[in-house]
Amino acid sequence: MTIEANKKDNPLMKLVRNQMFIPLLALFILALFNLIADPGFFAITLKENSAGNPVLSGYLITILDYGSELAILAIGMTLVTAASGGQDISVGAAVAISGSVLLRVLCGSNTRPETLQAPIIVAFLISCVVAALFGAFNGVLVAYFKIQPMIATLILYTAGRSIAAWINNNELPVVSDETLTYFGGYIPGVPIPTPFFIAVICLVIITLVLKFTNLRLYTQSVGINQSSSRLNGLNPEMIKVITFVILGLCVAVVGLIKVSRVSTINYSVIAKDIEMDAILAVALGGNALSGGKFNMASSILGAYVIQFLTQTLYKFKVQSDALPAYKAIVVIVLVVISAPTVKDWFSSVTKKFKTKEVA
Amino acid sequence: MKDNAVLEMRNIHKSFPGVKALQGVDFTLRKGEVHALMGENGAGKSTLIKVLTGVYGKDEGDIFLDGHQGPIAIHSPQDAQNVGISTVYQEITLCPNLSVAENMFIGRTKGMGQNWKKMNKDTEKILQSLDIPATATQQLESCSIAVQQMIAIARAVDMDCKVLVLDEPTSSLDEQEVAKLFKLMRDLRSRGVGIVFVTHFLDQVYEICDRITVMRDGQLVGEFPIKDLPRVKLVSKMLGKELDDMADIKGDQKEYERKAGAVPVLEAEGLVSDAGIKPFDFHIDKGEVNGFTGLLGSGRSECVRAIFGADRVTGGHVKMNGKPVKINKPLDAMKNGIAYLPEDRKVDGIVGDLSVRDNIILAQQVLKGFFKPFSKAECYKIADEYIKLLSIKTASADTPIKSLSGGNQQKVILARWLFTHPEYLILDEPTRGIDIGTKIDIQKLVLKLASEGMSVTFISSEMDEMLRTCSRLVVMRDRKMVGELSGQDLNQNKVMSTIAGGDK
Amino acid sequence: MNKKTSGGFGDKIKNLTDTNLLLSITIIVFFLMYIGAIIFQGQGFRNPQAFLNLLNANAALIILSCGLSLVMITGGIDISVGGVTALVSMCCAVYLDFKGGNVFVSVLIALAIGLLFGAFQGFLVAYLDIQPFIITLAGMFFARGMTTIVNTKPFNVANEAFKALKNTRVVVPGLGTTNRRGIYVDAYVEIGVIVAILVVIVMFCMLRWTKLGRNFYAVGGNRQSALMLGINVKRTRFLSHLFCGLLAGIGGFVYFLHVGSGSASHATGAEMDAIASSIIGGTMLTGGVGNIAGTFFGVLSLGTIQNIVSTAGLDQAWWTGITRALMLCLFLVIQSVVMARKKKAKA
Repeated sequence: MTIEANKKDNPLMKLVRNQMFIPLLALFILALFNLIADPGFFAITLKENSAGNPVLSGYLITILDYGSELAILAIGMTLVTAASGGQDISVGAAVAISGSVLLRVLCGSNTRPETLQAPIIVAFLISCVVAALFGAFNGVLVAYFKIQPMIATLILYTAGRSIAAWINNNELPVVSDETLTYFGGYIPGVPIPTPFFIAVICLVIITLVLKFTNLRLYTQSVGINQSSSRLNGLNPEMIKVITFVILGLCVAVVGLIKVSRVSTINYSVIAKDIEMDAILAVALGGNALSGGKFNMASSILGAYVIQFLTQTLYKFKVQSDALPAYKAIVVIVLVVISAPTVKDWFSSVTKKFKTKEVA
Repeated sequence: MKDNAVLEMRNIHKSFPGVKALQGVDFTLRKGEVHALMGENGAGKSTLIKVLTGVYGKDEGDIFLDGHQGPIAIHSPQDAQNVGISTVYQEITLCPNLSVAENMFIGRTKGMGQNWKKMNKDTEKILQSLDIPATATQQLESCSIAVQQMIAIARAVDMDCKVLVLDEPTSSLDEQEVAKLFKLMRDLRSRGVGIVFVTHFLDQVYEICDRITVMRDGQLVGEFPIKDLPRVKLVSKMLGKELDDMADIKGDQKEYERKAGAVPVLEAEGLVSDAGIKPFDFHIDKGEVNGFTGLLGSGRSECVRAIFGADRVTGGHVKMNGKPVKINKPLDAMKNGIAYLPEDRKVDGIVGDLSVRDNIILAQQVLKGFFKPFSKAECYKIADEYIKLLSIKTASADTPIKSLSGGNQQKVILARWLFTHPEYLILDEPTRGIDIGTKIDIQKLVLKLASEGMSVTFISSEMDEMLRTCSRLVVMRDRKMVGELSGQDLNQNKVMSTIAGGDK
Repeated sequence: MNKKTSGGFGDKIKNLTDTNLLLSITIIVFFLMYIGAIIFQGQGFRNPQAFLNLLNANAALIILSCGLSLVMITGGIDISVGGVTALVSMCCAVYLDFKGGNVFVSVLIALAIGLLFGAFQGFLVAYLDIQPFIITLAGMFFARGMTTIVNTKPFNVANEAFKALKNTRVVVPGLGTTNRRGIYVDAYVEIGVIVAILVVIVMFCMLRWTKLGRNFYAVGGNRQSALMLGINVKRTRFLSHLFCGLLAGIGGFVYFLHVGSGSASHATGAEMDAIASSIIGGTMLTGGVGNIAGTFFGVLSLGTIQNIVSTAGLDQAWWTGITRALMLCLFLVIQSVVMARKKKAKA
């Protein structure tokens, strides 16, 4: 009891125990590393982009830009992880599908239309519905057929990019409309990349949802003890499906951003390996990958830290195809230090150390 | 080591976070004796056994075994097997996907290869000699639970063991199977094997055992030859109460009388679920406390689970206050003012990592709806109110429930259901594995709630608790309702004879 | 099969062990499919060489699937095998071409890579008790990333000894056919097929007739019980991953032998195909149930599907992806339904 009290009084310990500590520490280390290696990493300049707008550029801005995609996915991934104790590895493939749907609706039957065949908002809503349906498909396999989430989503992981290609008959539609580029680029007159604003909107929405509904309580309680949740009147299957549907909606938003960046789609490359980053964001945020309690803010911070890492690696001329190797190491380090057996071992070592100190 | 002893455990200590499960327990087993290890739930019997068999490591203490110099170290079940300690657990610890023969021999044969022919032949021989109705090549999962238990015992017996530990092996066996088991135990005893026998059935203790060790709250009460410890004394040692205390067992509950024309709060007719119970009729009146009794596995929990919709209901009608209602899932029951405190607190009750506060509001929050969360201030107010009301011992309302003691966890679950202000409260083993003080608190609370007009169904394995609180007992046997006792009939003998079947 | 006439059929099903039940389903499905293909699509399937080509194309997958079946039987999963295959191909290719090495050493390299992955992943899973999926997912990304780091661009191997080995054809006597010009053509398989068949036989015997093999089943069936029965659960789980890694090494080399090049995009989705084959072959994801013979037929079923799809003129790449995923989905659902039925029948 006295030890407990001591721990609480110590502000340093309090900070260390905070869930945000891990991502913040990682961020600090990365920033320090860059500061020493090349302070130019932090430079931000105002340049004119190809459309003639003055926009901010620099590594930090790129992190803000691409990290936002990840942050949006991290929202859904956090919820899925919390409720089902597993992760969805099909998000990259699902982004391809929703992007493909978006283009299909925008282009109609023509692959290079002069004008858009449908308003962007309609196309986006349709892609939302499709992505939500695929999310529900994953959710049903997990919740009702009781297949482990990663295996269940493995189906879509493999088939997803094929489905995306099939939606557009394996053609690559190109959209020439300028408005579409706003979502993944810059709105004229605004020097900050739009994906950041989209991420902020998503954040505000999820914050409001968490505040004004019981989503947090329900997902956590289903993730911690399904049987008990059922006896308290919850429908655990339904809640799991809902989290997968929410992830589906996040996927649709990211699909819009991704397609908007290039005004077209490459089925095998779009959002490649993004599932790894999204899972990593959740883990780096200090959330247990086995489900249960979660901290949304921490996950989102984790997403930006991951992008920070990616950008740092790019800066040091690491090829994009080689990135996964480095990130895999981060994943392994993270899961190893958070494994209960390792934690036990660690605490027993520190205990021994402390008793020695006292003696 | 003492003369003739085959096993000696000295000054064993073991604690889990928040619980001191064993505090300096000694235990001695002699050659060729059947030694009963007795104690209530939570007394530490299982922990002691698991320390002996290497499932848990001990914090302190020594274990001596015949034929070994000095204390021996047992780090895993494998170690225990190697030194000659075989164990049969209450829950079946065999692999359901393997064949009977494999389950008999896996993990204990020498060499690299698997000789199916010899293994099947040997198994058939053992099965036959012990009269177990199974074939060697059958998949274990296709055997009944009782047969699986017999196979586990056969396996343990077949290993040339010095010490055989039977941890509640009879709870799923019927009389004939028990008789067979006892024959086996006598046989082994005559061969000089020391047998540790853990059971809840007093009859069986007096039928087969030579010596009794009693434990209570993780401490040793004492070791007695069987003839020095008559039943009543044994029970009083286990409960830690003097005989006089036990005499006044008839409690303060109201006499049960059915008012003419009174509409029952809940009335079930021909209710049946997919959990394997026979259809049953049941009713409860306003302000009544009744109970389901029967042996473990008699179907008492399944009945209340059917009422609450926790298992899939497959037939029957339910009326609440005279109006027909449909209860297909727990939420339906909750909406109709039924609350259910489940039997297995860890599996079905607590949501471990969530705070005490969230655990208290959970059920009412679900009832209130997805879009209407309680505000933080409300939550704290409610939690503090119930923490005070039930005197729950917790550091704060934010403490995760899993770090509370068993009794306090149970109080939190009780608070959760009281907060839904139910009309009808079902308590399934609310007193299992918690300390005596809390047990009495809960019983008092039940009577107080009933006097305020709540209907309560109370289920407990402990007869005296039932007799003290309930005014009417429904008796279950073999998943069927076999009787209903109230008034004068509400005494230990009558209940026992009804459970056993046939008036003696 | 008429249910009314064979009255004991239901009972027989109930008495079948889970493993045999799922195995029978797989074999029946495979033969129905193959016969169906012969009837409806004729030509391409009737020739014995067509069947042997199925083996030639899928030899590596058979080996990888054996490894996956093993971990799945033990209750785990390994999705790094595709990545390991790519890494093995690339490392061997680089070694053979740039270092002018000999083929035997390249085999050793392949085995070493596989064993390293297996040992590392196995250690984390078994001794630190970390979810196998997350570890092997990281393993997969690591292997793929490493492949790019070893060499960025795909390239063909020019090593003569290797080429000779690659082009070695083992004649299967008695299955040859006379072609249109009346010349007798021998039926053949590649070296990889011989390796694959050896692996299948060894694995089958190991799982059936050794204590270790049965321990894998026990641990997959109920880890807690297995511990109580005196099995070293940690070591067993570790070995399952180690063997799977080793088989990924062997499979990787066989794959390399078949394609004769190194590339970071080799064996993309192979982990998925291997898992699908195992599941189609009757291995339960929940562990404890499965059979290497089933896995063998699982791979062939998957290969046959692919052939049927391409013969039907739907040769666009996405059709194969979709049909395979559908098949996996179907078998997953069949598994969960069959098992639920069986449990109900017992109660």
